[in-house]
Amino acid sequence: MRITRHIALGLSAAALALTIGGATAQEKLRIGTEGAYPPFNNLTASGELEGFDIDIARALCEEMGAECEFVTQDWDGIIPALQAGKFDAIIASMSITPERDEQVDFTKPYYTNSLVFVAPKEAEFDPSNVEGKAVGVQSGTIAAEFVEENYPNAELRAYPSQIEAWADLSNGRVEAVLADFGVQYEWVNSEDGSCCEFKGETVSSDDVIGIAVREGETELVERFNAAIDAIRKNGTYAEINEKYFPFDIYGE
Amino acid sequence: MSEPPSAIGAPGLPARGGAEVLPPPPPARGLTRARVTGIVLLGVWALVGIGTVLFLLASWNVELFTRYAPRYLSGLLVTVELVAISVLAGAVLSVPIALGRRSKSRIIGVLAYTYVYFFRGTPLLAQTFLVYYGLGSLRPELESVGLWWFFREAWYCAIFTFSLNTAAYQAEILRGAIESVGRGQWEAASALGLSRLQTVYKIIIPQAALVALRPYGNEIILMIKGSAIVAIITVYDLMGETRRAYSRTFDFQTYIWAALIYLGIVEMLRMTIDRIERRLTRHLRR
Repeated sequence: MRITRHIALGLSAAALALTIGGATAQEKLRIGTEGAYPPFNNLTASGELEGFDIDIARALCEEMGAECEFVTQDWDGIIPALQAGKFDAIIASMSITPERDEQVDFTKPYYTNSLVFVAPKEAEFDPSNVEGKAVGVQSGTIAAEFVEENYPNAELRAYPSQIEAWADLSNGRVEAVLADFGVQYEWVNSEDGSCCEFKGETVSSDDVIGIAVREGETELVERFNAAIDAIRKNGTYAEINEKYFPFDIYGE
Repeated sequence: MSEPPSAIGAPGLPARGGAEVLPPPPPARGLTRARVTGIVLLGVWALVGIGTVLFLLASWNVELFTRYAPRYLSGLLVTVELVAISVLAGAVLSVPIALGRRSKSRIIGVLAYTYVYFFRGTPLLAQTFLVYYGLGSLRPELESVGLWWFFREAWYCAIFTFSLNTAAYQAEILRGAIESVGRGQWEAASALGLSRLQTVYKIIIPQAALVALRPYGNEIILMIKGSAIVAIITVYDLMGETRRAYSRTFDFQTYIWAALIYLGIVEMLRMTIDRIERRLTRHLRR
């Protein structure tokens, strides 16, 4: 008895969902993001999401005529969560890497990234000589990968989020932090980061950032690509770029 | 299922109060509801087990194994070392705390109680964060008292927090075990003219150890599993290495391997404790 009732309930819910889906032309897209990566995606004191990724996502959704809803998710679990259908796309400054590309499909890049070291101003930190030095990174990022592969002698410290890596840089547990240029730029220009500055040249500058969707969802990729082109053309992208960075982040 | 076993236990044991001795009920025959449920559940678990093994076999990847096996091993060593040091340090610390809990002085009693209350009442994760990031922001103060070298290292912070945490639990285990030994034992010992030290070593501890052994085992097992959180303060324990491997490969078998290794450690510990228990209860065996 109970089982049939559950089935009936499920069927009616499905029917309801179909009618509503049919009635509202606007499609709903759930966007996964981390929310701990200023100025790209972070939570304000009141719990709202803000940042470059968020503004770009909103602009793209508007362009695609979709209604977007943001879901925050820890970085470590962001790809599994996409695969499990918790959201439909990741817009969270994710670098396009071969390993990730095997798991998800990427759109064309929506900005270009490079990595840069940040260390206290008075410290004599030289990126070409990091042997035995404690370097902080966020775990599961290309910065972590980069240190592992290029500086096997460095003492790698991996943090769950970027903010914790900086916290340990300010209190001296690590000697330098390697991370994306954009986030480091924002941080050294903030009050918390006033202790520190860029050290050396940027590294790994061929890194590009894309939107990840589940494997095989080519149509969604095409639509995102078209929307990226559109906001590049109509000036929305430039506006958002200017709001956050005094330099061109798209990089052609 | 083969033939059901014959009646268990010898009949005709003397019953308390001289009531009539009832024979045990005859074993149930045929497929009762409970048996069917049991067999079905066993089947489900067997399928899960076979599925896991098949999954691991199917996704067997030599490259993955040779690349990450040494890292898992180093992670395992970190986990074992961390738990071993913390549990030992906690054991030492737990003695004064347990004595404090039993103290006649009100102030000492309240202090010990507050300590236990705090560490048992808050999550280990929160304690680890408080020590690592909280004290991290007090660097100038810690430097002025010369303790920064200690709290600078994530490894020391982890051992410090874990020892304090497990000390609280172990103190309660110790106190409970000592209090489980009847007052009469103390009185009898003093009537025999034994010194207090002799009483503790020869009479109280052998009886208390029996009571405390299982809870101690549980505590160590909980510490092993709880230690997985140190990965968030940059210590690469078994879980940290697993997360690192997963973040590079996105292959779920990395977590299955970690689960199997944790299961293995816990099983070894369980067998060791069984052994110790058999040794401690040898006087009770008939």
